[in-house]
Amino acid sequence: MNQAQTDSTGASRGSFKSYAVGYLLSIVLTVIPFTLVMSGAFSRSSVLFGIFCAAIVQILVHLHYFLHLDTSSAMRWNVMALVFALLIIILFVGGTLWIMYHLHYRMMV
Amino acid sequence: MTADASTINSVPAGEIELSDTAANQAFGFWIYLMTDLVLFASIFATYAVLSRNYAGGPTGKDLFDLPYAFGETMVLLFSSTTYAMAVLAMHKARKNMVLMWLAITFLLGLGFIAMEINEFYQLILDGNGPQRSGFLSAFFTLVGTHGAHVTFGLIWMAVMLVQVIIKGLTTPVQSRLMRLSMFWHFLDIVWIGVFTIVYLMGVI
Repeated sequence: MNQAQTDSTGASRGSFKSYAVGYLLSIVLTVIPFTLVMSGAFSRSSVLFGIFCAAIVQILVHLHYFLHLDTSSAMRWNVMALVFALLIIILFVGGTLWIMYHLHYRMMV
Repeated sequence: MTADASTINSVPAGEIELSDTAANQAFGFWIYLMTDLVLFASIFATYAVLSRNYAGGPTGKDLFDLPYAFGETMVLLFSSTTYAMAVLAMHKARKNMVLMWLAITFLLGLGFIAMEINEFYQLILDGNGPQRSGFLSAFFTLVGTHGAHVTFGLIWMAVMLVQVIIKGLTTPVQSRLMRLSMFWHFLDIVWIGVFTIVYLMGVI
């Protein structure tokens, strides 16, 4: 509760500094993947790896600096709900891709 | 809950109830956002399956203008930060600052939607509408659903501008502003997925 004070509106507040840090980090993490793709200087697989890493880090930056999600007791159930949603999403997206590509493979060969 | 609260002398019982309500509202809205995330995940999965079904039509490489998508991203990201400034002003109870930052955020959001509509309009004019191929159907569904969310966020923001003017920064108004803040930052997170998977991967 030290880091994330909750107020009467039920959401934790940030400071000007933390928002500024989040904004600058997000800009850097947007410029990196666009530069990687537009320069065309790297192989396809390394560009794919780079843009996915940048996206995942930027999502974490947004969750931390803009939505103030952390491991404090005030945020515990929000984190639990997010983890459950991620489980459903992994089943949805992973299952869809697995079944559809397998079907594609069976139909084409 | 109320019985416990009445034993604390320093805080009036009514205030505890109000803050409890606001915390529950924020958590309930978070649960809604998680279900919305599942909705977007299923549309992303559909896009991933259909993204190479060009039906002899144009590919992402032919259609996507990366500097334009970069511009859209920057506008949306900046609007997230200006909304954060509105929230900071709200905590300091500075009503005019809240109104100013909300208005700036609204204009940036409107700019984002205008850029997206312009992009869709150009695609449809060139005969590359959603009916052209499976890839384009999935593209319009995914990007269009995000755009529809931003549009509803703008309607909500316009309502909040009026509420702040008429009602002032009362506790319920502050609670609504905090929920809109969660919605607005959430849409920015979804957009990270859109520009990575649709625009950047489409061009590689």
